[in-house]
Amino acid sequence: MSDESTTAGKSYLTPFNIIAGIIVIIGLFITFLRFTKGLGAVTNLSDYNPWGIWISFDLLVGVALAAGGFVTSAAVYIFGMKKYHSAVRPAILTGFLGYAMVVVALNYDVGRPWRLPYPFIVQRGTTSLLFEVAACVALYLTVLFLEFSPAALEWLGLKKLRNIIIKLTLLLTIFGVVLSTLHQSSLGALFLIAPSKLHPLWYSPYIAVYFFVSAVIAGLSMVIFESTLSHRYFADKMDETHLKEKNDIALGFGKAASLVLAGYFIIKVIGISEGNNWHLLGTGYGLWYLVELLGFVALPCFFYAIGAREKNLKIIKWTAAWTVLGIVVNRLNVGLIAFNWHLPASERYFPSWMEIGISVFLVTILLIVFRFIVTHMPIMYAHKDYPDTH
Amino acid sequence: MSISRRKFLGWLGAAGMGTALGKTARAASNKNFSGYPDSNGVLFDSTRCIGCRKCEEGCNKVNELPEPDQAFSDLSVLENARRTTSKAYTIVNRYDAAGDNKGPLYRKVQCNHCLEPACASVCFVKAFSKTESGAVTYDETVCVGCRYCMIACPFEIPAYEYDSAFSPRVRKCTMCHPRIVKGLLPGCVAACPTEALTYGKREDLLRIGRERIRKFPERYVNHIYGENEMGGTSWLYLSAIPFKDIGMREDLGTTPAPKLTSGALSVVPMVAGLWPVLLGGVYAINKRREKIEKQEKEQAVSEALEKAQADAKAEMAKAMKFAEQQKEKAIEKAVSQALEEAAKAAEEDASEPEAEDTDKKSSEEDS
Repeated sequence: MSDESTTAGKSYLTPFNIIAGIIVIIGLFITFLRFTKGLGAVTNLSDYNPWGIWISFDLLVGVALAAGGFVTSAAVYIFGMKKYHSAVRPAILTGFLGYAMVVVALNYDVGRPWRLPYPFIVQRGTTSLLFEVAACVALYLTVLFLEFSPAALEWLGLKKLRNIIIKLTLLLTIFGVVLSTLHQSSLGALFLIAPSKLHPLWYSPYIAVYFFVSAVIAGLSMVIFESTLSHRYFADKMDETHLKEKNDIALGFGKAASLVLAGYFIIKVIGISEGNNWHLLGTGYGLWYLVELLGFVALPCFFYAIGAREKNLKIIKWTAAWTVLGIVVNRLNVGLIAFNWHLPASERYFPSWMEIGISVFLVTILLIVFRFIVTHMPIMYAHKDYPDTH
Repeated sequence: MSISRRKFLGWLGAAGMGTALGKTARAASNKNFSGYPDSNGVLFDSTRCIGCRKCEEGCNKVNELPEPDQAFSDLSVLENARRTTSKAYTIVNRYDAAGDNKGPLYRKVQCNHCLEPACASVCFVKAFSKTESGAVTYDETVCVGCRYCMIACPFEIPAYEYDSAFSPRVRKCTMCHPRIVKGLLPGCVAACPTEALTYGKREDLLRIGRERIRKFPERYVNHIYGENEMGGTSWLYLSAIPFKDIGMREDLGTTPAPKLTSGALSVVPMVAGLWPVLLGGVYAINKRREKIEKQEKEQAVSEALEKAQADAKAEMAKAMKFAEQQKEKAIEKAVSQALEEAAKAAEEDASEPEAEDTDKKSSEEDS
């Protein structure tokens, strides 16, 4: 299933390439400004608002949506659901690229990115949850790289190395789940330090659990969402097994997501109860909280269940997209909208067009790399030399 | 998706372990830190502050900060609420107390030098330290610039040099640490013309504060802000009106910042230690289930095969027997026919016997 013949001879001026090209040029321009003029020149960050969308969107949303890798590999290799095997490679690839994007984004956000290794090699601030996040993200990026590498090695024809790494699958999967549990939850726990700044409806002693559970939901939904898009644009790259298992995967993952969403809904309600924050639901922030809880948790839980019960793939696919959006809403709420809620409107943060530009730029780069990899490497099909293992 | 009993138990085990871990997360430490003994602090008395901004000027001078946008003698800046910035470690704000005749009140804002600082607890490269002198200091040579300290600080003090491309730093009051180790007063304290600021040992300052409240109960709110807020701060405040009316948060509580995250941190080694065991167990359970399934399948197949073979054998034997019988019958029939024909022939034409023909016919039938 080599693709060389499919792109050769075609014009490169496709709509995707033109738009992506423009975004990349603008992105490079902002990148240049950021690293020569400083954060102040491109961002709306302030002393009151030290974290903007590069943290809330690129880091918090990025890591949550990249959870499909650990969720899928755990389901297949640990929980023994082998019928979902063809979902593993696309999910691992999405996860790997997602985490890689997060790390690149952090280089834009921190003041002195060349010092990012300092917490590990100079002084270890182990009392910081950010230390844990940094350590886990760094390690997990390595794990994802290794988990992804067999596809690249098959493409390159490096059989020996590929076979060694395949032998490590179970070990890497377990390590990946441990690391994901830790840093997905710790991203939420980052905010435990600021009860006076995060709105009480979002601030909870359970916030770490919320982040972890919602990351599982994000992972499951992203696998469905990504597979829907892939089928639309890369159907010619899918082999028979992939096409055959695709619908089963959507139904199975949709069912699982419905269950996890139900659990998530319950613990969120327990959280309101624990803080006795019922009266806050009547405020403006409370209504917005209800939109999140009912619109983006209860509703998709219900529709996933309907879709799985009636084997309606259309419902499952739309619900997956809606759930992904819900995760974005949740992370932006915690990181930006409900954070610093006590400040007057004049001190609140809204991203500059250049901050949004960098986020769009990074997502575009991710899509370009994703497209390159799925059109060149055995991601959605088994390599002819390794028919059984994939 | 069918769930076997074994798989269900595996999941149940996973869920149960998660619940058990949740409990460990809430275990709090019983350690209590009430500050280094003999550490220093500053007592700010808002009833003595006249809003002259001399402290801002003193701070600016000793810390060699850039020129302010408006001269320190220009008091019109007091019209707007300000905060600390990377160019001003301290500022004074004016609050017009409504309803009583206590007049406009002023409050000086700077780092409160917490006994257990949030900034130090969240810094992943340990750039902040609480020194034994009482000051919370910052080491710009290791700072990565993640700005988590600014997220964490409940008093919203640290500021960042966003305009620096190559060496941005977090900026905040150091209690003039370089000066106090030399035996000098902090810049702001030295510059204050009204003794609204008193520098000394924190213990002494608490005593002085209580004494002032005791002597002039009508002048002060009966509370020393910073004695217990966020576990206690080295900077202490007296006020004539409720602290929230001079822009200070009264909802921060008395929990030291590090305690807010200690529970979450305590889960980390538990997850790292137990998750592999749990996941390995789930894997082993599934592996075993698969193995047993395979064995059962193989056994069933071989049994079926044996039965089929036995059946076939019996069938074969039956068929053979039948064939044998048929054959015998045929021979008998042929023989009797031959005999009959022979008898007939002999009867019909006794003079000309055709024994040759009869022999030939019977041998054909035999084969």
